[in-house]
Amino acid sequence: MSKGSDEGGHVDFTPDELMTVAASRALRNDDVCFVGIGAPSEACNLARLTHAPDIVLIYESGTLQTRPDVLPLSIGDGELCETALTTVPVVEMFQYWLQGGRISKGFLGGAQIDRFANINTTVIGDYDAPKVRLPGGGGAPEIAGSCHEVLITARHSARTLVDTVDFVTSLGHGSGPGDREAAGLTTAGPVLVVTDLCLLEPDPETRELVVTSLHPGVDRDQVVTATGWEVRFADELATTPPPTAEELQVLRDLHARTEQAHAGG
Amino acid sequence: MAEFVSLRDAVARYVHDGDTVAMEGFTHLIPFAAAHEIIRQRRRNLTLIRMTPDLVYDQLIGAGCARKLVFSWGGNPGVGSLHRLRDAVERGWPAPLELEEHSHAAMAAAYHAGAAGLPFATLRGYAGSDLRRVNPNIASVTCPFTGEVLAAVPAHRPDVGIVHAQRADRAGNVLVEGIVGVQKETVLASTRSIVTVEEIVDDLAAPSPNSVVLPAWAIDAVAVAPRGATPSYAHGYYERDNAFYIAWDEISRDREQFEAWLGEHVLSAGPTGAPV
Repeated sequence: MSKGSDEGGHVDFTPDELMTVAASRALRNDDVCFVGIGAPSEACNLARLTHAPDIVLIYESGTLQTRPDVLPLSIGDGELCETALTTVPVVEMFQYWLQGGRISKGFLGGAQIDRFANINTTVIGDYDAPKVRLPGGGGAPEIAGSCHEVLITARHSARTLVDTVDFVTSLGHGSGPGDREAAGLTTAGPVLVVTDLCLLEPDPETRELVVTSLHPGVDRDQVVTATGWEVRFADELATTPPPTAEELQVLRDLHARTEQAHAGG
Repeated sequence: MAEFVSLRDAVARYVHDGDTVAMEGFTHLIPFAAAHEIIRQRRRNLTLIRMTPDLVYDQLIGAGCARKLVFSWGGNPGVGSLHRLRDAVERGWPAPLELEEHSHAAMAAAYHAGAAGLPFATLRGYAGSDLRRVNPNIASVTCPFTGEVLAAVPAHRPDVGIVHAQRADRAGNVLVEGIVGVQKETVLASTRSIVTVEEIVDDLAAPSPNSVVLPAWAIDAVAVAPRGATPSYAHGYYERDNAFYIAWDEISRDREQFEAWLGEHVLSAGPTGAPV
């Protein structure tokens, strides 16, 4: 699926664009969202510029209720501070706002995500002799624990969607029902994974991620091949609605503004 | 009481081989000029504390200044890996690097505890995370009132804390504006502290009674370092050089290329920060 088109055949989009649009639709106008950098930041700002104009976006640098005109390269770009309602110290950010339970959704990415939506951003391979040393946890371990719900987005491949993560940086559903509670958590954890192929949601009984919606033009075999476990499909499998012309226009404008801003140096 | 000194003298006087050094600035106000002076003075065996090592510690690690890194997120923000950090961890170049790895929430809490003179910090954190398994400095503590089990980490008590700020007045009081990160906590948690500033002014002109001001008597040294946070930024003075952050990916990928960059832009560059 390099390109897709809607029923009318006049709106082309890339898999990445569809992923961002699908992720943005998971956010509501009344959400208070703790935003990870990269793909989550794109989806959150697209939501704010389309169907969720009042959404509160919070970045771990302490910028509360920010409305960036261009996508930040880092979680602490000046753009975030200049367009925020207020900027608080990082200690306050994590202790009052996140740990205090005021954030409805955390939006994360990850190098590895497993069948129970546990996230690895620490190492590929053994911790003491890693094949690849990844950046680490950052804010994610507590975002995954303290936000009421967690959304995850990543490109779909068998290297990324794995049976078991090499290292649990941020807890999803552990190894099944009861694991979050046993770890002392009362929050819901991951409720949705958005990839460039499909949507996955935890099975209410087993907590294993199940494909609930295929993106337009994607078939089951593609998803099976690109998933590191024997992935199951929901009985009532949906088709993700394609991006609307408006969603695509807003997203492309956002990208164009961002590229122009970051090229300046 | 803050003393105005050159950056060269501040580093010579307050940063010693084997010290535990915290250089903070959360994406904003990262003290690059001070780090480059530490590299020029060839400090060795430092334990470096920083939430986001960023390019600044990638450079210190690649230059061979570090023995250990205490951190929570070691990437090039929005770009990818820190290649010098990875080379040290994965291949021991230029020297092996011991890691003590936390989450942001725990690092912030540890600075907070250090500033508050407490021995450790508590947080509702690390639930189900393997970080507990690989870092013996992540422990548990039971609340004596409710019985809730919480995570505990030792307070950060660096030998030296170094931050960059917008400006100081002639008494040495310092104003920090914008994303203030954990700068205040870092200075207050540290035994000795160095603050580099963009400029010295007659009147601090703090815009609000609630502005973040570090009193002169809580700081050891103030050194002038114009553009001392480049390629990060100083709110109200200059913007983040995002193009350099992107370029660093290529510069730092290769050892020889990194060393050439270090030679040209750090080692043979003159010390910044003239005495007042």
